[in-house]
Amino acid sequence: MKTAIKLIAIVLGSTLIAASCKKGDDTPAPTVYYQQQDQMGRPAVNTVFNVGNSDKDAFNVTTPANMNAAFQAKFQARLLALNAGYTTNALGQTPAQLSGLLATDVLGASTTGVTTFFDGNPANTLSGRTLADDVIDVELLLIFGGPTGASNPGLTKDNVNANDKPFSATFPYLAAPF
Amino acid sequence: MKRNKIMLSILAVATLITGGLIYAADHIDAPAVTGQSSDITDLYVFRAQDPNNLVFVANTQGLLAPGATAAAKFDANTIIEFNIDNNADNIEDLVIQCKYDAASNMMQVYGPILPSEKGLRSKLEGSVTASAMVTPYGSAAITGTGSTGIKVFAGPRDDPFFFDLTQYQKILGGMATGFNNPGTDTFAGSNVLSLVVEVPKTLLNSSGSISVWVETKKKI
Repeated sequence: MKTAIKLIAIVLGSTLIAASCKKGDDTPAPTVYYQQQDQMGRPAVNTVFNVGNSDKDAFNVTTPANMNAAFQAKFQARLLALNAGYTTNALGQTPAQLSGLLATDVLGASTTGVTTFFDGNPANTLSGRTLADDVIDVELLLIFGGPTGASNPGLTKDNVNANDKPFSATFPYLAAPF
Repeated sequence: MKRNKIMLSILAVATLITGGLIYAADHIDAPAVTGQSSDITDLYVFRAQDPNNLVFVANTQGLLAPGATAAAKFDANTIIEFNIDNNADNIEDLVIQCKYDAASNMMQVYGPILPSEKGLRSKLEGSVTASAMVTPYGSAAITGTGSTGIKVFAGPRDDPFFFDLTQYQKILGGMATGFNNPGTDTFAGSNVLSLVVEVPKTLLNSSGSISVWVETKKKI
């Protein structure tokens, strides 16, 4: 926190210096600032784990560095409300571990290897998110599937396994609109 | 006991559905015209066709019907900002900022660059590193490539998200206790406004892994 204040002070300081350097200009353009409206890292986290509009709104304007302190306990309570029988999941995560992972809503991405939300190989878990990744099934499985993934079998996948249009292997990768 | 567990599961799914409905309703409610581009629907980060590059995708303004897609516009007062953390402290070390310029109908990319402002408030950092004309509905994809190898695309695309939201709704209404097999993609046939930025990995200062999140920020 103190570091953050220091950083802000430094940033403000340098802005002031920059501004004062421009004093000679005839038309100093005022700096345009942009204020946060929405954010996301992993899919569906805010909508599933935050209850009520005030928490959903607050989550969208909480910096990731502050999310764990503000939301981990709420997410854990939410997880156990969603699945009272939760012990661990297919990744071996306790309620505290899964909620701790999800509360800081950032998407990990590998810059050297495979990029996937989950492809069956635990080593690749959360190394990115491809267009084809079935992220809803992954999240349902981690919430409802229990330690082996076999619990609540009717609730752990929606049986929609792919997009309705094929993706392109080349930029910009997404399919043309309907 | 078993019954309790099942009931809880149903309740749990019902709650998930409620979340889904709110998510979907956001998009249905967004007027399929101008100025509502701060609503993010999805973030994707993946290795490019060229394995030396990484692709960042931010989709906004979801559930656009084909008939409403031509009228959907990016907002010149909203920037879309990819935040990249290189040292696992969940504070951005680099940002890729994308700003729509209405006069030229171009999507302009700034960065990746260490931002002078971090957190909830931003200003555009540095200068434009790549830009592309926004692809009109019905046209072939228009792409742009900057001098550092950054590629950009902006325009309507098929929503790549897939999910049987309708069956969730049935479970919520007590009309079903599980999913169908096969399920039905509720997002089939709907479009989003996509922003795709492909960046050489050498510009990401990464030692192997990064954390990414996307933000929309409105001019104040």
